[in-house]
Amino acid sequence: MTSVPADERLAGAGVLRRLLVRPELGSVVGAVAVFAFFSSQSAVFRSADGVANWLDPASTLGIMAVAIALLMIGGEFDLSAGVLTGTTGLVMVTLATRFGWNVWLAMLAGLVPALAIGFLNGLLVVRTKLPSFIVTLGTFLMLQGLNLGITKAITGTVQVGGLRRADGYEGARAVLAGSVTVGGVDFRVAIFWWLAVTALATWVLMRTRAGNWIFAIGGDEQAARAVGVPAARVKIGLFMTTATAAWLVGSIMALRLSSVQANAGIGQEFIYIIAAVIGGCLLTGGYGSAVGASIGALIFGMADKGIVFAGWDADWFKFFLGGMLLLATLANSLVRRYAEEARR
Amino acid sequence: MTVPSPSPSPSPADSSAPPLLETREVGKVFGSVIALRGVSMVLHAGEVTCVLGDNGAGKSTLIKILAGVHAHDGGEYLVDGSPVRLGGPREALDRGIATVYQDLAMIPLMSVWRNFFLGSEPVTGPLRRFDVARAKRVAREELRDMGIDIRDVDQPVGTLSGGERQSVAIARAVHFGARALILDEPTSALGVKQAGVVLRYIARARDRGLGVVFITHNPHHAYPVGDRFLVLNRGTSLGQFAKADITREELTSLMAGGAELDHLAHELGRAAADTTPGPASAGPGTT
Repeated sequence: MTSVPADERLAGAGVLRRLLVRPELGSVVGAVAVFAFFSSQSAVFRSADGVANWLDPASTLGIMAVAIALLMIGGEFDLSAGVLTGTTGLVMVTLATRFGWNVWLAMLAGLVPALAIGFLNGLLVVRTKLPSFIVTLGTFLMLQGLNLGITKAITGTVQVGGLRRADGYEGARAVLAGSVTVGGVDFRVAIFWWLAVTALATWVLMRTRAGNWIFAIGGDEQAARAVGVPAARVKIGLFMTTATAAWLVGSIMALRLSSVQANAGIGQEFIYIIAAVIGGCLLTGGYGSAVGASIGALIFGMADKGIVFAGWDADWFKFFLGGMLLLATLANSLVRRYAEEARR
Repeated sequence: MTVPSPSPSPSPADSSAPPLLETREVGKVFGSVIALRGVSMVLHAGEVTCVLGDNGAGKSTLIKILAGVHAHDGGEYLVDGSPVRLGGPREALDRGIATVYQDLAMIPLMSVWRNFFLGSEPVTGPLRRFDVARAKRVAREELRDMGIDIRDVDQPVGTLSGGERQSVAIARAVHFGARALILDEPTSALGVKQAGVVLRYIARARDRGLGVVFITHNPHHAYPVGDRFLVLNRGTSLGQFAKADITREELTSLMAGGAELDHLAHELGRAAADTTPGPASAGPGTT
């Protein structure tokens, strides 16, 4: 019997489908729409200063959303990522202000508990096979208690401050929390960290073995194991990556404000997940992109500042965010179904 | 590994070289359950040995022994003529024994080329970058060499038909140096036409010099492609038959018993029409 002739069912599906299967497509459309909308409402929003202004909240959120996206593609959640940005900031500021450490050293020291917590999260998930939603909800609550308890025990208040007076503050601030002037406009340096993190994560996902494994363990962990993918190691690595991102963002925030509240970062964990989902990540894992998560964060930043620029009540922001999330998830699931069933 | 051949003049076609795989009276006990007892079979390079049996006959246990998942309790398991005791699937793979399970170990949301190299990705450069260009090219070439017509290696595996997925899994095993290929019911979940596609790739793998162990409960899939037939029933062997020694009808009745013969005859007609020349009875309906 001869081989099957050119498939008649393929007709016309090529370019369109290939575009539609890109996970970030929905978020790109959303970002363009949101930009167009707020630009029409406010001239400041579309000015260079306005852009620099709304890129700022997008940047710190974006760094976290990208890391969370990797983890979600790998099939897991991390609810402790938000509060961990507070923990790392508290460790850094406490060491620098109460124990006289150099800011750089204190910042590096903050990485240690972050990596430990990431490792612990990963190990618990891999060993117990419990849903990471529950495991990291546990670490989230524990960290919340620790942050508050230890901060109060050391300072007697619910914040640690005074980082500005510590050794090495100016240098660290310039690198992580300063501004860069491009064409007469001040851009937060965090924006460039965000771009770098997005580029690195995209490269890892698309062009390394680890990236292939991340997609695989999120898509079907049993099948991935069967062909020799070290699933446990990849998962623990992903949790540690999220923790490292939390450390970076925690350090940026601490350097920017020169103080950290004991409740810093709480409530952010869901915003990260929302940004990743708007960017095309599946809640069930195995699908998504780092660029998409970044665009999700961009939408968030635009909406956050745009509502202010447009002179609206900021209370509407959450309503807007919820609507975006629903629309994005709906669009993503429709697109994916179309892409998968295009042949049947 | 070189094994001196006792025969002075081995001709390439005959089986004077030690068989690729051989079991002699192997058995396996799980607690108080005797899953397999006294089963002997051989697999030569360039041949297809079919393992037939109904559900619970011991097919899965046998292939898990062959694949290194279970260690056998009794008898001998020989690879290239020397007795072995495999410590795990990895060891089997290192000896060139690859198993394609029913669930295929493929990720539906990932592209064909990503699946093809999953776990064994080619890397390049000082950063050990995943060599995507090479992965795509090799996947495309390997599939084409197997005669598998995948339009686009970028498409997700989830968009392939069942037969195509099986074929990609087979091509993957062949590419990664399998000498013996164990296929666990590759046709059982497929329609008649799709099953025909998979049978063709089994024949193609055989023609490339691989030994194929083809597990099935359908004699009509097994007969056209098989060289030897091992029939299992309730954990024991009903015998291993060369193709010359058994007809399709005998194989069918041995496997299924006379009562189900009529019912199976319908399938026979369909499978025969697809894979062999000769008269095909027009069987109404499918099972």
